[in-house]
Amino acid sequence: MNRTLKFLIPLILFLVAVGFLTKGLFLNPREVPSPLVGKPAPAFTAPILGEAGKQFNSADMKGQVWLLNVWASWCAACRDEHPLLMDMAQTKRIVMHGLAYKDVDADAQQVLIAMGNPYNKVITDTDGKIGIDYGVYGVPETYLIDKAGIIRYKHIGPLTPEILLTKVVPLLKELDV
Amino acid sequence: MIPAIGELSLILAFIFAIIQGTLPLVGAWRNKTTLMNLAVPTARAQSLLILVSFVVLMYSFYANDFSVLYVASTSNSQLPTMYRLAAVWGGHEGSMLLWVAILSIWTIAVTLFANNLPDTFRIRLIAVMGLVSVGFLAFILFTSNPFDRLIPAALDGRDLNPLLQDPGMVFHPPVLYMGYVGFSVAFAFAIAALLDGRLDNAWARWTRPWTTVAWMFLTLGIAFGSKWAYYELGWGGWWFWDAVENASFMPWLVGTALIHSLAVTEKRGAFKVWTVLLSICAFSLSLLGTFLVRSGVLTSVHAFATDPSRGLFILLYLVIVIGGALLLFALRAPNVGLGEKFDVVSRESFLLANNVVLAVAAGSVLLGTMYPLLIDALGGGKISVGPPYFDAVFVAIMAPGLFLMGLGPLAKWKKASIPEIGTRLKLAAVISIVSALLVPSVLGKISLMAAVGVFMGAWIVSTTLILLQNRIKTKQLANVSLVENLKTIPLAFYGMLLAHLGVGVFVLGVTLVKGYESEQDLRMEVNDIAKIGDLSFIFKGAQKVQGPNYISSQGKFVVTEDDKQIALLYPEKRFYPVQGATMTEADIEPGVFKDLYVSLGEPLEKGAWSVRIYIKPFVQWIWAGCIIMALGGLLALLDKRYRIANKNLTSKAEEVF
Repeated sequence: MNRTLKFLIPLILFLVAVGFLTKGLFLNPREVPSPLVGKPAPAFTAPILGEAGKQFNSADMKGQVWLLNVWASWCAACRDEHPLLMDMAQTKRIVMHGLAYKDVDADAQQVLIAMGNPYNKVITDTDGKIGIDYGVYGVPETYLIDKAGIIRYKHIGPLTPEILLTKVVPLLKELDV
Repeated sequence: MIPAIGELSLILAFIFAIIQGTLPLVGAWRNKTTLMNLAVPTARAQSLLILVSFVVLMYSFYANDFSVLYVASTSNSQLPTMYRLAAVWGGHEGSMLLWVAILSIWTIAVTLFANNLPDTFRIRLIAVMGLVSVGFLAFILFTSNPFDRLIPAALDGRDLNPLLQDPGMVFHPPVLYMGYVGFSVAFAFAIAALLDGRLDNAWARWTRPWTTVAWMFLTLGIAFGSKWAYYELGWGGWWFWDAVENASFMPWLVGTALIHSLAVTEKRGAFKVWTVLLSICAFSLSLLGTFLVRSGVLTSVHAFATDPSRGLFILLYLVIVIGGALLLFALRAPNVGLGEKFDVVSRESFLLANNVVLAVAAGSVLLGTMYPLLIDALGGGKISVGPPYFDAVFVAIMAPGLFLMGLGPLAKWKKASIPEIGTRLKLAAVISIVSALLVPSVLGKISLMAAVGVFMGAWIVSTTLILLQNRIKTKQLANVSLVENLKTIPLAFYGMLLAHLGVGVFVLGVTLVKGYESEQDLRMEVNDIAKIGDLSFIFKGAQKVQGPNYISSQGKFVVTEDDKQIALLYPEKRFYPVQGATMTEADIEPGVFKDLYVSLGEPLEKGAWSVRIYIKPFVQWIWAGCIIMALGGLLALLDKRYRIANKNLTSKAEEVF
């Protein structure tokens, strides 16, 4: 390689990074359409947290509209989201299962004891395999799955009251929940 | 009127900084002495003016001047004086002012102590620091002015975030910034050298002490922060791979690489280009870190959208400083000659491996930190890749580096022999393997991770001790006592030993706390007893206590071992009415072998509480290791050769390692 060119590599790498940052600066915060929205939710069977020996089978959810909330005890943003999930659980409007992503069972349970448990069931995904099937970027993320088992909506990052009102509730109405 | 003095000083400082950063450079280029002579006085004036404005802001906090918007939003009249002063850096604007104030301290130090450098080089060095300051001052004045007024004044302030009302807030940020900003000196040395066309052993020798001081502060700053998180957050964790922590850790990793590659450049004239690049990278990562933390990018990229001028300014500044430095690097570095040749097995190769490991580790942290930001920028929310990513990747990268740490210092420069190193290290290998087998079985749980960790820790400690013994043997003069012999070894060598020992202690601490901590989450009524191993924790109930600006529920726990009382713990749950926030204050009984850690969860019915109890074995070793590393830096710094060698530039540097 040309000797001068070699010394330009750091600068080029840096400029690429700046390009990304600049794009981030001016991009309208809009949802990345998930390739899975409108597609059947990947099927899985996994142990249920705190219920030794029991398995959760996603196929059993057919016929119900439900939310799958991906979270972890090590995730700070999940703690921000938690009170809102507790409020949602109070309304009992919709079934919400948690997916404890790459978590230690004891740690996950500890958080639920300390902060309350908003989930109907918590499914453990210790090695993150279910997360890969669902295309989880990171935690928290929330999926809305309809009666036919199709993913209708995906939210990346903590849920907010605004997102619930503008995105989730209209969808729920549409789905007759 | 007083806040106006602060603002005026900042504006004047800005003007002086512009002169400091431009005219002397022209002078050095055109060889005009009058212009070059401007550097020192303008640098000192600029720095003093910044310090004046910093003191003014501090006074505004002290005097509860709520006509200053920044004071009104980060302080409160009920806040204890110590925290009112620390609240100066409790928000964005003040943190930026702290940054330039610390840059001023470094600038003054450079004008005072770097006086034995060649003239043009010294002038360029000071001018580059001036340019760094210009950017920051402009950022403060145009987008984040801490002296903006609030007319009419607020009746009272919105208070400092209760999480920050802790002695840690007084020490942690200034010490950390001393480290962050200190890398600006190494950066300025690198840029001055590229401009000067002077990249030689002498350059490396001048840069070394400055880099070591910055590294020392950064080490201590990170350790303080970790200790603070440990007792304040109430989860018993000491490192969360949080983006803010990573922002300070990346410059540390690169700075550590820099310290080592500077050693090679000084001793052997090799790695010159790489060393310059590391100097630039260390400071670039400091800048990136400061901005990631302070710009609000971290809480959400959308903060940029609410105040695009700030975000744009940040990017522009990064592009000019980092981009400019890298462009200069690309133009000048190809002309730098290669250093002396070295064998595949040699001290140089080991240090190169060390550098690669540290650089790759820093890169992996950068990737994990930026990835969520990119997702956020692309429209997703705030997500976290968290410890699963970092633990897996970082540990895997660092493990070989830790192993090589034991070999490197024993290898000779230029050409070393593996069998020779092998013979010297037989004993260390035996000690490490025995410890790796013994310690986990004594502690009662055998796991591969614990065994590997103990091996690494014992390996570093034992090889370091063998290194000392070896050094005494080779340099031993006949009929001289051991003490006399120890005295002939330069301080820098002891510094290296101590820093490496610190790493060993740190590794042992991390391994043992990770492998053997135990915790219990329980509901406790008054006089309930929780048993963990041989220890009993007796809950004596909680009572209300009135603090200076909070109301607290203070629990009382008696800890007994074999029916003897060994500790009394008073964990608290504090309520801060001004911000309506509740804070957990854990209480800890620290010990050499284990910490007892109790924190209160939520109050339950009939005086019962949810309680968290942790036993943290060897956790203090983590911070002790960091302090030992920093002390190693201090010893290296005190080595007399920096003073002597600096006066006589042509003198051949003593063989230190």
